[in-house]
Amino acid sequence: MPRSLLENPRFNCKNSRFYYLIWGGREIFENIIYLDNAACTRLDEQVLEAMKPYFFDTFAVATSEFGYSMGIDAKEALEKARENLASKLGANSEKVIFTSGSTESSNTALKGVAWALKEKKGKHIIVSKIEDFPVLNTAKALERQGFDVTFLDVDAEGFADLEELKNAITKETILVSIQQGNQEIGTVQDLKAISEICEEKDVLLHTDATHSFTRLPLSVNELPVDLITMSAHTIHGPRGIGALYIRKDTPITKFMDGGFQEFNLRAGVEDIPSAVGFAKAVELVTEEENRRLKAMRDRIIDKALTEIPEVTLNGSRDKRLPQNANLTFHYVEGESVTLHMDMKGFAVSTGSACFSRSLEASHVIRGIGGDHERAHGSVRFTLGRYNRMEDADAAIEAMSEIVARLREISPLARK
Amino acid sequence: MKFPYSQKVLEHFKNPHNVGQIENPDGKGLEGSPACGDMVAVYIKVNHDTKVIEDIKFESYGCASNIATGSIITDLARGKTLDEAKKITWKQASEELGGLPPIKAHCSVLAVEGLRAAIKDYEEKHGLVTEKEPTTEEVIRRRLKHVMNPLTGLDIIRTNLILKTSVEDGVVRVVVDLPANHQFAPAIKEDIIEKLGSLWDVEKVDVVFTA
Repeated sequence: MPRSLLENPRFNCKNSRFYYLIWGGREIFENIIYLDNAACTRLDEQVLEAMKPYFFDTFAVATSEFGYSMGIDAKEALEKARENLASKLGANSEKVIFTSGSTESSNTALKGVAWALKEKKGKHIIVSKIEDFPVLNTAKALERQGFDVTFLDVDAEGFADLEELKNAITKETILVSIQQGNQEIGTVQDLKAISEICEEKDVLLHTDATHSFTRLPLSVNELPVDLITMSAHTIHGPRGIGALYIRKDTPITKFMDGGFQEFNLRAGVEDIPSAVGFAKAVELVTEEENRRLKAMRDRIIDKALTEIPEVTLNGSRDKRLPQNANLTFHYVEGESVTLHMDMKGFAVSTGSACFSRSLEASHVIRGIGGDHERAHGSVRFTLGRYNRMEDADAAIEAMSEIVARLREISPLARK
Repeated sequence: MKFPYSQKVLEHFKNPHNVGQIENPDGKGLEGSPACGDMVAVYIKVNHDTKVIEDIKFESYGCASNIATGSIITDLARGKTLDEAKKITWKQASEELGGLPPIKAHCSVLAVEGLRAAIKDYEEKHGLVTEKEPTTEEVIRRRLKHVMNPLTGLDIIRTNLILKTSVEDGVVRVVVDLPANHQFAPAIKEDIIEKLGSLWDVEKVDVVFTA
């Protein structure tokens, strides 16, 4: 590949147009249509620009107000980033701590509360069955350490069973953790009802907002949520930085030992460039953008359901993340679909066991009562800032062709 | 552009050979693993005098390695006698394809099993199998060679995951050297039950984990 081609601005991934060339006899798509924004997003240049000074100019660690000036400037930048994040949640005097991402945020929330309250209150934790791995596997790890964990059922669209939640809470219950929006099927939980139940029963509530933060409204003034997991990698910010909102006076034990950074709750040198980048990424998400993502999402869902036979929507039609569409294309297998899509220049994901590192079918699709077959043919399309309406159309056109081809050779398809 | 598969696998995946059904096949095999979810159907047309496979087709509800293996294995079996075709191994298919990712071994083994099942179906229908073989420990171990250890991509017998097997009054007991909460435990368990539960004289399969 000649360098001149790589440097040609038209081949920039941001401009997700389809370029198709032949190089050395191989088909090459220089520009893929990236529809896996729930996994990770492309960094916004404005975020990078905001971060740069904290690598090269104000590169010191945050010092106290008695430190040297570069450290004081760095500290100011960190605190400003923190304020920006907190204000997005409507929080003021409470704490937002920066972490290395959602995994660490959720570990801090669950283990922190569990360790702080196991002697004072009890050892019972409730999480939904379809939580993402940071919450689900932290809960399982706590279970192995002797905590009692209830894995709450969800209905066929992925909504947590509120009656079961009410009944599951006992005086031993120390924490409920239910996500705001689901990573795979996009279902948005009724956090208002959930937080009211927890408040009434006097139980702390953690919510994983990795996929919903800035995409959906979430205000700690309106909802009595005590802990919120957030991440920059889903909103065109840098990866490797996340945050945890902690309501004032929430009992929490430090999870990693070390220095006294982040209110003595998260030890380690603060990643100031990334914190600044995270705050910038939050600032750049607009309501207009969220509406645009939602329109593309609806186009994908409507087109798939009307133009391709035997397709089932996974999750709720209306109460879903604006950037998420997830559909099962029956009688075909997801890894075959994603590979064909890749060869056509699209990046999508599937809940099929064949695609996953663990060779296990999606626990989310199985959690909503789906069988292996439902997970097997599920394909997730997640949208981001650099997608356009044409991408949604092109993706479904490609899917239509691929699904028809794979059904041709499937022993299950009716022919 | 980088793909996790060899060029040969991709070619067979994109344009698989011998796809479809045969009307009134002489033998038909359907193999599937609920743990992975993949499924393969193999249809054969056999010359009754020479016992040569004259036509062969397959269908796949599976991932890329499954489709590619189905394609290559039907190529390999065409024109061979049943006895020759029986001896085609997964290793041969994999070599023909320029290698398969180890973690995908069990998806592609299915295609080989589909072919063997189709041959067996023909043999049973045409009186070539005289008596049913009773299930012994040896039969169990032979069957378990088709259950993959996803940690290595090799089967669970070869990787010493099976500590003990026993069979008594139609109840098979298999002891697996893994903790029950291991990430692959449920998949391996399902696969073992699937492989042994279908034996004609087996009523129950107990899979026991070591911790």
